Amino acid sequence: MSLAAQTANDAQTPAEVPQARDLFSKFDPLIAEREALMATGVRDPFAIVMDEVKSPTLAVIKGKDTILLGTYNYMGMTFDPDVIAAGKQALDDFGAGTTGSRVLNGTYQGHKQVEAALREFYGMDHAMVFSTGYQANLGIISTLAGKGDYIVLDADSHASIYDGCFLGNAEIVRFRHNSVEDLDKRLGRLPADAQKLVVLEGVYSMLGDIAPLPDMVAAIRKHANCMILVDEAHGMGFFGPNGRGVYEEQGVEADVDFVVGTFSKSVGTVGGFCVSNHPKFDVMRLVCRPYVFTASLPPSVVATAATSIRKLMHAQDKRAHLWENSRRLHGALKALGFTLGTDTPQSAIISVILTDQTQAVAMWQALLELGLYVNMARPPATPTGTFLLRCSLCAEHSSDQVTQIIAMFKAAGKATGAIA
Amino acid sequence: MTDRQTIFAQVAEQIAPFNKKGVALNEGTTFAGDLEWDSLTVMDFVAAIEDDFDILITMNMQAEIETVGQLVDAIVKLKG
Repeated sequence: MSLAAQTANDAQTPAEVPQARDLFSKFDPLIAEREALMATGVRDPFAIVMDEVKSPTLAVIKGKDTILLGTYNYMGMTFDPDVIAAGKQALDDFGAGTTGSRVLNGTYQGHKQVEAALREFYGMDHAMVFSTGYQANLGIISTLAGKGDYIVLDADSHASIYDGCFLGNAEIVRFRHNSVEDLDKRLGRLPADAQKLVVLEGVYSMLGDIAPLPDMVAAIRKHANCMILVDEAHGMGFFGPNGRGVYEEQGVEADVDFVVGTFSKSVGTVGGFCVSNHPKFDVMRLVCRPYVFTASLPPSVVATAATSIRKLMHAQDKRAHLWENSRRLHGALKALGFTLGTDTPQSAIISVILTDQTQAVAMWQALLELGLYVNMARPPATPTGTFLLRCSLCAEHSSDQVTQIIAMFKAAGKATGAIA
Repeated sequence: MTDRQTIFAQVAEQIAPFNKKGVALNEGTTFAGDLEWDSLTVMDFVAAIEDDFDILITMNMQAEIETVGQLVDAIVKLKG
């Protein structure tokens, strides 16, 4: 046997060596933490299976009807009859998938139609659709800011924004969450002639707080060579007169160079996009690797997205009901004595902050057993290092469901000692 | 004191409020290992250092800095 073969054999049999280290060893502390938590008899918050989905707000989990309060399905478009009909038609007419990149064989008329719907929805000249929202941020950020450029981002930015930074070659600078002063100060320390991309989010999804965009835009405009990108993943559909997002609601449309969004929240399917008025924007289709080197969305997905986006343009009544749900739940949870991520209802996300992992999991499980699903979030996803239960409301939650949700929180909170 | 010593002293002063366990500082003290800082503490500390020295330490640079000595070197370079 050659020396190389012997070595290869050794490398393949780590199980025979006690305590052998391999590439998975770095995850041992996390594995141990999870095992300890599961040993206390709780259900795994990260292994929920929806056996049946009855509506945007109701699923069956382990045989139990469960109200969904953690799906980001803000506008309840997942079961809209027009949306579903469009998807079925596209499946019949164009098949199950494109099996190709947007720049090769993967652009069908449906992809052009959903981009047209986005241009109309946002009132912008250009729209580019990606396979997921994550890839939209990954692609746009890593491609726009190159070597020698700077990306300036909020410390609480979503993982897709951070990963977009790490995929590219730009210098990365963070400022304290939503701090206009900190942003201004950091921009002031950058070379004036360097090109800068400032990345903001309309709604920050962990605590559900919104950005003070007019103040931030004013601070950014004091400095030269800055372009502004706003991620409206959690704002699309119900902020602003046309549902474009927080940047529309706050009146800074003229100052925003790029809006990134997703189809997997208010639109109710999957996919991501970026819209812009920049005259050269279309060159991105040639140079953006997360756009080029992946298969395009299936025809049924783009058909459902286009139909949904067009319906969202005229969804004033649904928006009003969503806001009413959010205000009502926020007020009730606050009155019950829960600590919330925001003092006032700022978005359709309401975060309940708990003291530690044990309390968070106990509360999460108590809610699930009562028939309510919420998201559990833990560090490092959470900004403040805390454990929280994140609720996202839907325009399709009935007033009666909101009443039930409040009662379940009261019962679970008292049972777990989270409230007095 | 040399400039480097002055900067070391100034860095030590900034570390103090975050040094919950009172770890003794030297050139080789590591932020993650010895001081046991999490990413949020690092972020607050870096912001304090940036304001104190009126410099900017990008995340790219932060990735290369593991010890107090390396941070002092980086500040010397940025101030120079």
